[in-house]
Amino acid sequence: MRHPAPDTPSLLTPSLWLLITAGITLAPHAIHLPLWLIVVCATILATRAWMVTHPGIQPRSRILKALIVLLAIAVAVGIRHHFGHFFGKDPGVALLAVLLCLKQIEITSSRDIRAAVLLSFFLQLGLFFYDQSLPVAAMALTGTLCALVTLLTLETGTLTPRTSLRTSGLMMLQAIPFLVVLFLLFPRIPGPLWGLPADAYSGMSGLSDTMEPGSISQLSLSDAIAFRADFAGEPPPPAQRYWRGPVLTDFDGRSWRAGRFLLQREPAYATSGPAYDYRLTLEPHNQRWLLALDYPGGRPENTVYSNDFQLLSTTPVRSRSRFDLRSYPESNVGLNENPFILAAATGLPDSGNPRARALAESLSRDSHDPEDTLRRVLDEIRAMALTYTLRPPLLGRDPVDEFLFDTRRGFCEHFASAFVFLMRAAEVPARVVTGYQGGEINPVDQTMVVRQSDAHAWAEVWLDGRGWVRVDPTALAAPSRIESGLASALPQGEALPFMMRPAMRWLRDVRHQWEALSNAWNQSVIGYNTERQRAFLEGLGFTSPDWRTLTGLMGAAAAVLMVLLFGWAVMQFRRGDPLDRCWDRFCARMGRHGIPRLPWEGPIDYAERIAAIRPSRADQVRHIAQTYATLRYGPDGPGHDLKTRQLSRMISKLAL
Amino acid sequence: MPDIHITRLLDAANRIILGKDRALRLALTCLVARGHLLIEDLPGVGKTTLAHVLARLMGLDFQRIQFTSDLLPADIVGVSIFDRESSAFRFHPGPVFAQLILADEVNRATPKTQSALLEAMEEHQVTADGQTLALPEPFFVIATQNPANQIGTFPLPESQLDRFLLRIKLGYPDRAAERALLMGEDRRKLLERQTPVLAPEDLPSLQEAAQSVTVSERLIDYVQALLASTRGSAELSGGLSPRAGLGLIAAARAWALIDGRDHVLPEDVQTVFPHVAGHRLHLAGDGRSVPPEALDRILKAVPLP
Repeated sequence: MRHPAPDTPSLLTPSLWLLITAGITLAPHAIHLPLWLIVVCATILATRAWMVTHPGIQPRSRILKALIVLLAIAVAVGIRHHFGHFFGKDPGVALLAVLLCLKQIEITSSRDIRAAVLLSFFLQLGLFFYDQSLPVAAMALTGTLCALVTLLTLETGTLTPRTSLRTSGLMMLQAIPFLVVLFLLFPRIPGPLWGLPADAYSGMSGLSDTMEPGSISQLSLSDAIAFRADFAGEPPPPAQRYWRGPVLTDFDGRSWRAGRFLLQREPAYATSGPAYDYRLTLEPHNQRWLLALDYPGGRPENTVYSNDFQLLSTTPVRSRSRFDLRSYPESNVGLNENPFILAAATGLPDSGNPRARALAESLSRDSHDPEDTLRRVLDEIRAMALTYTLRPPLLGRDPVDEFLFDTRRGFCEHFASAFVFLMRAAEVPARVVTGYQGGEINPVDQTMVVRQSDAHAWAEVWLDGRGWVRVDPTALAAPSRIESGLASALPQGEALPFMMRPAMRWLRDVRHQWEALSNAWNQSVIGYNTERQRAFLEGLGFTSPDWRTLTGLMGAAAAVLMVLLFGWAVMQFRRGDPLDRCWDRFCARMGRHGIPRLPWEGPIDYAERIAAIRPSRADQVRHIAQTYATLRYGPDGPGHDLKTRQLSRMISKLAL
Repeated sequence: MPDIHITRLLDAANRIILGKDRALRLALTCLVARGHLLIEDLPGVGKTTLAHVLARLMGLDFQRIQFTSDLLPADIVGVSIFDRESSAFRFHPGPVFAQLILADEVNRATPKTQSALLEAMEEHQVTADGQTLALPEPFFVIATQNPANQIGTFPLPESQLDRFLLRIKLGYPDRAAERALLMGEDRRKLLERQTPVLAPEDLPSLQEAAQSVTVSERLIDYVQALLASTRGSAELSGGLSPRAGLGLIAAARAWALIDGRDHVLPEDVQTVFPHVAGHRLHLAGDGRSVPPEALDRILKAVPLP
């Protein structure tokens, strides 16, 4: 900057655009970058902005260089310290982010700007390491647009922001055919591409295979989508919408854990009753359970059954996955249950919760069979008039006792836990089942959406001759939870998840729209995997497509597109400039009305001739001719394109 | 505001010379384009009045030279006469030292005398007794020719005609204008009462403004096509020179300025073309000067690019 070459075009505009590009590219990365790094990046960018806007004051380049090197080393050490290593996407993206900022400081030539733009392209791509949703794609594209504007201003010098944005946007639109070809034909690598070790799959939320008081109510505060179900016909009634997750058998006095289970290819029960076919699109949760609707049947691909009736994926669900499933909600399950399982389902710790034990014993003493016991326990819980709440008080050492007799306020996990405890204390086999209950049909695309706030815990009791029977003790306190969801079941004044509040109705409509759009995006763009690519190619007539077929096809399609684009460009050139086309259109229209322009006739003379023949349109025609003549023969000024478009509209509006 | 002056100037001129708006505009165009004007018409149609009006309205000083067969160059340029008191020759400037000169019946003088005037027109200076003397600025010559009575005249040769930017004809006034003329006051008295409309510095600024009138690439294309068509025509004995092309653009610029525009339209070129080309083109064969109909044919044969 100290010795700018006299013929170097001004780098001011491209530098400003590069700053905008860096800002837009890095902003979405701020979610996962360490806070100190965000501060460093923001500081560097702010410094650069100051440098760009004060071109007179520039530090000596040698000092600047030394500073940049020192800063780069310091940040690298910081990143090493923060992440513990340099490998994997997080430290890599962090390094690139800082480099993009530092590169701006040392810009002295257009070459530097090009390098920084390339770096920003990398970082825009890097966004998809973390998230591939529609908003992220939009952010990345916005960044790309700004990067293109930077390159454009570098080539053409100063343009108005409007013009440069328009031109760059047009260039991006022209790239769409290539995008489609590459999207359809680029070889898909099975599994997520960025499955790097150490830091992959962290931070996915959902159910877990343990449950203690408070774990599900925490989950209920989240509006995030757990999965979607697209039913082929009518969805099952709300009371049958139990989506089965981990079955919890082992109780240590405070928390519930999943028992051991066996895997088998077939369900351990005979399916019966009406069947529901649906396509389940599961958000990644890094676990194997598929949360199928009770009780799944058939043999869907890549799935196994557990002997506690879960449907499991063969691998953890680490990306959004789709399964075509069938369920029979009215099946009888576990008629001939293994005695070991039944024994495990009556196990209790030796001590703890003495009041609940005493209650269970007093209830079972008078009953003649387990079914009667079940009835008595349910009656007793109902009589206790417990309160259903999202904010249960904290419980101490004997959570079941405290819930039933002291605090008397609980969420579904408290009800399920207490109920199963009472049944087991009465020596009836029982277990906790976690999963989701309910689901809401999106009126936009008729997909059933199940959210984390639909997470639920219920119970199963084994009765001789009836097998495992589902009992939902929450329904005793809050029957509407099962029929119409969480919002209606909670008492007045309870803090609901934001979106569930009745006042948010319009917002929910917007959310319905948005989620339908996201679902379409997920299904058609993100969900386009190896199998669907193969199906697509087979549809085109390629029987066993491999990477060679794909490469050949891609090349051919790109070549065809290039030829088409070239032809289009030639056509545009042949058609002349837009102003000529406008005027030709006007002359042609007049010609059709019997007043053709003579070849030698100037616009004003022509307009006067038309005005003499059509006096009613004289003013309009004169105005058009005047505008054209000024644009065509007048001095070049700003707004030429805009005025041409206005002229075009005037000509279109002219009624004869 | 130059165009306000122009409107006032034209209004005033039209009050004195009736029914000759187009000729007045063309004369003004010629003046603004720094060219010289050739008026070819019968006596008595108002050539002299036109020159007078222009000079008076623009505040230019005016000289009229009646060309005759015995007119000598010194009668135009001036002579050096021995001054007894200072014992030296003193130059007495001739009538050419004026801003607006009416050279009446220029074809009556001998070629030698004609060329003295024409040289002054071209160079804006005269040479007398080895001395070069600059002529006043602006310097504008209106020459008249009588086409009907050609006996005993020396018609201007082609090369000399080229020095005139425009050639116009006045023609007879139309019926209404002639009636007003016959019924109205004496033109000479009207003229005497008329005060200048332009200040002395206005004409140079108008000439300046005319040079900055936009000529677009598309218009240059059109002018070139016109020039090419005169050169390729079998009807004509020769085409328009590059100087004629420059004159065409200069005249079109001045016409556009007088019309109140900052850019030249094809219509401007078409308007001035017959007046720029008419005295420069000749028919193939008999060498007669080209008739207006032939000029119109040339214009209509060249499409707008």
